[in-house]
Amino acid sequence: MKVLLSKPGLDGHDVGVKVLAHGLIDAGFEVVYTGLRKTIEEIVDTAITNKADIIGMSILSGTHLVLAKKMNEVMQQKKLSIPWFVGGNIPAKDIEKLKQLGAHNAFPTGSKIADVVNYFNTLKVNV
Amino acid sequence: MNKIKTKKTAEELGVKKVFLESGIEVNPIYTAEDIENSSIKHEIPGQYPFTRGIHPSMYRNKPFTIRQYAGFGSPEETNERFQFLIKNGQTGLNVAFDLPTQCGLDSDDPRAFGEVGRVGMSIDTLEDFEIAFKNIDLDKITVSLTINGTAIIAIAMYIAMAEKNGYNISNLRGTAQNDILKEFIGRGTWIFPVDKSVKLVVDTIEYCAQHVPKYSPVSVCGYHIRESGANPIQEMAYAFCIAKAYSDGALSRGISIDDFASRLSFNFDIYGNLFEQVAKFRGGRRLWAKIIREEYGAKKESSSWLRMIAGGGGGGLTKEQPLNNIIRSSYYALISALSGTQTMALCSYDEAYTIPTEHSAEISLRTMQIMIHEMGVCDTVDPLGGSYYVEALTDRFEKDIKEEMKTVEKWNGIINAVATGKIQESVSRQAYEREMGVQNGTVPKVGVNIFVREEESKEVEFHPYNQEAAENQIKKLHKVKSSRNHQKVQECLEAIKKDAEQNKNLMPSVIAAVKEYCTVGEIVNAMKEVYGEFKEPIFF
Repeated sequence: MKVLLSKPGLDGHDVGVKVLAHGLIDAGFEVVYTGLRKTIEEIVDTAITNKADIIGMSILSGTHLVLAKKMNEVMQQKKLSIPWFVGGNIPAKDIEKLKQLGAHNAFPTGSKIADVVNYFNTLKVNV
Repeated sequence: MNKIKTKKTAEELGVKKVFLESGIEVNPIYTAEDIENSSIKHEIPGQYPFTRGIHPSMYRNKPFTIRQYAGFGSPEETNERFQFLIKNGQTGLNVAFDLPTQCGLDSDDPRAFGEVGRVGMSIDTLEDFEIAFKNIDLDKITVSLTINGTAIIAIAMYIAMAEKNGYNISNLRGTAQNDILKEFIGRGTWIFPVDKSVKLVVDTIEYCAQHVPKYSPVSVCGYHIRESGANPIQEMAYAFCIAKAYSDGALSRGISIDDFASRLSFNFDIYGNLFEQVAKFRGGRRLWAKIIREEYGAKKESSSWLRMIAGGGGGGLTKEQPLNNIIRSSYYALISALSGTQTMALCSYDEAYTIPTEHSAEISLRTMQIMIHEMGVCDTVDPLGGSYYVEALTDRFEKDIKEEMKTVEKWNGIINAVATGKIQESVSRQAYEREMGVQNGTVPKVGVNIFVREEESKEVEFHPYNQEAAENQIKKLHKVKSSRNHQKVQECLEAIKKDAEQNKNLMPSVIAAVKEYCTVGEIVNAMKEVYGEFKEPIFF
């Protein structure tokens, strides 16, 4: 399975996303990372070009709802069904809101790499 | 007479081995033998090489400056928070900017949507600086601008604002973070290619050396490099390599080392083992003094001072059981004081997940004040000086930092190591290993992997985003834009481009532009036309 990890918006905190990249690779996933400051359109295009099975967005500046709304719009416009996730500084009460905006799930800071790996593995069956 | 050999190692005493995060093994016991060959016996605070502190009496004369990081939303709100902090005894300001300002975007740029005023104050034009610093006595309060990619513009605005308010800029004090090289390693607010970015930093050093000699134009940050995964040795080594790169740039402009070295300052991180951090700072201070005097031939005593802000690191704080962070931060403050810092800042207990509330910011402030007024940390200089353990570790740190700096030389210097992603690659691997250590329990963390509380409430107070304030900021920007002299604005932007093409120092043309209320975005775009943009190497 191929995972596209991305940094949308202007937030430059990339320690977590890189840690997850290492963790996913060690767990046997193929990982593509966009680098910093990508627009949602750029991220989706990169996912299409790379035939990604999963998209992960790392957001720590608090802009997750704004960016998730945009992601939802772009995915619908392009009629795509790639499962996408949000990771980072996400308050518990926003996880449900993110799901309503189309996110498959959210992994707040403090989530275990093993939990992300296990969750992604359960998607394998459906991909 | 035969010397009685003390059993000192873990093997000899039959106890488990202990290693510091830096990889150094710690003996269960240290004795006079361990510092037999150390230079420390002849070292005095306030004298070269300043291992024990840069001033003879340190905090007895004046405690360290307390400078909490603050600034959010609009310049108006920021001004209010500044007034609150000053009223409560804070002696310096550390200004946070929002991401659009840091990345060179105006508030009305589509890419700034949702970010205006979110993580700091939004600045579009000089007017915002005028509002933020209204009624703040710049002679009494020192101001630190935490900005990098657009630091040259922020410094220009600060100077222009001070001039307009009648201050003589030849006496103007203050600091800008302005360390772009570390932004490529961690934090990520780069804009221009690495070489052009360094050129802009050197422009500010040159300009300040000539016109604003008491201003510290650069604060070299080991902090963010450590937060990105570097160990304490690498934190110091990479910061020193970066400081040397800026210094070499300034020297190549014909400025003498003594004209700017004493205005270079550092920003370091504190979390982890107490003794390791203290030794890191003491050993680092000795090594930096030697570099500046022996390698660069500085004559002025103050040139070789390692002046620093050493603050509690966010990396040590946890989202779990957040009140424990108050305790952690108290230890970090103690470490900072025992290390002879010039300025201190603490992350607030809620900072692992949000922008601090007024309440949590006050607790941080009180933590430092309690330490100063109740704990006796200011009574005597370098109270850990002479400890066998601390001195042995200090010597080891000096040696190991020096070695690590040689590794950077093998990567063809820090500018190359950053541009090619070499450092990013190595620190991100370490960050992963450390995180795995926390997750599998080999790196103990209270509340996270030991002494975990089962019924953990995850709900926390979150700093709200004010969309209305963001819209007001945009309105204000449009108002300023419509009331300025359009022809002069265009001329100023052209002048910046011309100076950039001719490789001149951009400070004079940027100061002229901000005075005409050119926006941050306009100035950055003018520079981009000549310099281009950084292409991030993808490494993890």
